[in-house]
Amino acid sequence: MIRLLARSLFGPPLTEQPPAADDAAGREIAAALQRASRRHLGRSLAIRHVDAGSCNGCELEIHALGNPYYDLERYGLRFVASPRHADLLLATGPVTHNMAEALHRTYTAMPGPKWVVAAGSCALDGGCFAGSYAVLGGVAALLPVDLHVAGCPPAPLDLLRGLLAVMERPKKPMRREIA
Amino acid sequence: MSPLGKLLSDTRPVTRHAPWPRVLAGDATWHAAIGEFCAGRLVLLGLWGERQAVHMALLDEAHSEIAVLTRECQSGTYPSVALHHAPAARLERAIRDLFGLEALGAPDRRRWLDHGAWPLSRPLAVPPTAEIGRQDYAFLAAEGEGLHQIPVGPVHAGIIEPGHFRFNVNGETVVRLEARLGYVHKGIEGLMAGADLARGALLAGRVSGDSTVAYSIAYARAVEAALSAAVPERAHWLRALCAELERIANHLGDIGAICNDASFALMQAHCSALREDVLRAAAACFGHRLMQGSVIPGGMATDIATDGVALLRRLRAEIAARLPDLAELYDTTTSLQDRTVGTGILSPALARAFAAGGFVGRASGRGFDARRAIAYAPYDRLSFEVPVLDAGDVDARVWLRFREVEQSLSLIAQLLDGLPGGPSRAGLPAGEAPAEGMALVESFRGDVLAWLRIGADGRIARCHLRDPSWFQWPLLEAAIEGNIVADFPLCNKSFNCSYSGHDL
Repeated sequence: MIRLLARSLFGPPLTEQPPAADDAAGREIAAALQRASRRHLGRSLAIRHVDAGSCNGCELEIHALGNPYYDLERYGLRFVASPRHADLLLATGPVTHNMAEALHRTYTAMPGPKWVVAAGSCALDGGCFAGSYAVLGGVAALLPVDLHVAGCPPAPLDLLRGLLAVMERPKKPMRREIA
Repeated sequence: MSPLGKLLSDTRPVTRHAPWPRVLAGDATWHAAIGEFCAGRLVLLGLWGERQAVHMALLDEAHSEIAVLTRECQSGTYPSVALHHAPAARLERAIRDLFGLEALGAPDRRRWLDHGAWPLSRPLAVPPTAEIGRQDYAFLAAEGEGLHQIPVGPVHAGIIEPGHFRFNVNGETVVRLEARLGYVHKGIEGLMAGADLARGALLAGRVSGDSTVAYSIAYARAVEAALSAAVPERAHWLRALCAELERIANHLGDIGAICNDASFALMQAHCSALREDVLRAAAACFGHRLMQGSVIPGGMATDIATDGVALLRRLRAEIAARLPDLAELYDTTTSLQDRTVGTGILSPALARAFAAGGFVGRASGRGFDARRAIAYAPYDRLSFEVPVLDAGDVDARVWLRFREVEQSLSLIAQLLDGLPGGPSRAGLPAGEAPAEGMALVESFRGDVLAWLRIGADGRIARCHLRDPSWFQWPLLEAAIEGNIVADFPLCNKSFNCSYSGHDL
């Protein structure tokens, strides 16, 4: 262990420069969002992830955000265990009928203001699973989606750009709560 | 004569089913097969339905022989396998939910994949029936003074897939765990029916994202077997290269995550960085971090990048240089060992009875590895060991992953050294239709079974993909018994069963 720690201490860091917030993602947000972010959140965003039917490819890449190269927590982004602590719902997968209730309940358990980011091709419109008897559709079929991150699965940098874009938009009024 | 040979001696195989025989079975053969499972001479490899038939794949481990028994069920019923052989239970429940075929005498008649939320019931039967709606799910009971239940999921605290775990506990000790799955059922087998071969490959690669390469190989090999298609040698070698990269990436991720579940973040930091190195190399070589879509029927979608071989040599050397330090870190951290040694023990007898594949089986003494037993190309030309341990605890499943990463590194070296030239893709012959093909491919998690029938129109008539998790999930429930609730994440991660692969 000493050897490993010493190498980490004296070696160069693995962590890489942050990416620029994605312009396209930023535009999508500007159009879709008329509400708060930075003013309310400062530079802290608590994320609750829900797999609503994914093949687990997206989860692997979301996991990768925590590795030393991307080190997501340095941006104030962190994954939380409870929806009660979350500002943002990160949903993956086509929404299956069997997961629809759990996804919806997670969303309603989150306090406002809150955002929904749909990650991956399936979360956009059901992807290659659209049309199945078991699939409701994309996340937008159930929840108001603020941002889509494209990709199958989206690479960690794409996810990071999308999440940063949510944080970089200043001064949005508080979202009216959905009953 | 081998047990399988004896079983099939009075039967006639159907035509155009490759590479192993499929026979129509009467009641006698069906029951004889169940008897062989119970006696431990044959292994249940899969059980899946069609509109009016049930197929059962059998493996004779000692002789590495495989066959499929088909029981026609015009009346919509067939004799239950699970009545005598428990590993079939959830497969029978899934068949009933999807096709409406009843297993006569089945010990468990609860629905499994169908949670009452679909717009229709028995969606793959003809015709489907109206949905009967939500019903309470009767979890198996545990009774006694002081017992209470802890319901967990489907939404969990971490970034993982959804499933429900119902713990019955006495204080801190788990008395009984029952999992309820099916939350991520996407209806893949329904989408497969009528799809063309390219769309089939796309879907097969998304059954379980972490095993996309293994699934793509299994699907491609089944298609190639059905069409008697020849695949260039180079494609086989490149496929194996992708498969071993996938195995290393997943094992590294698992080792880190298991240790992290014991709050030992240092291992997670190192392993996740190494895993990232593997994924970046995969993206540079094959154009996708998880190598999704790299393997297609007929060969590879794209050949390895021009500088790919050199890149992978450097990656291999890097991991080989750093792995011993990580193994030593694991081995010498007593606080970590305190959590893993003796935790979540899976008995060799259960692993054998359920034919558990992958690290779950091999950490409990079952040495089956499809790369060795079936020896599909190019593994018949490569030299490697199949590590087997028999402690069956979390610790053994961690060590097995270390040992398998070492073997995969050795395989990658051999693959890079011996990579044949020539094309990496061949066109698929039209083939005679209908035709059926089958394959068994070793994913990082265990053996993936692919079976398909190509119809007269050249499209997929039926495709079944059986994840290794089907035979591992029930064992997790056995392994956790008598452990404390706080050790469940460790046990669960050390099994790392696929939710999506199981739910389909």
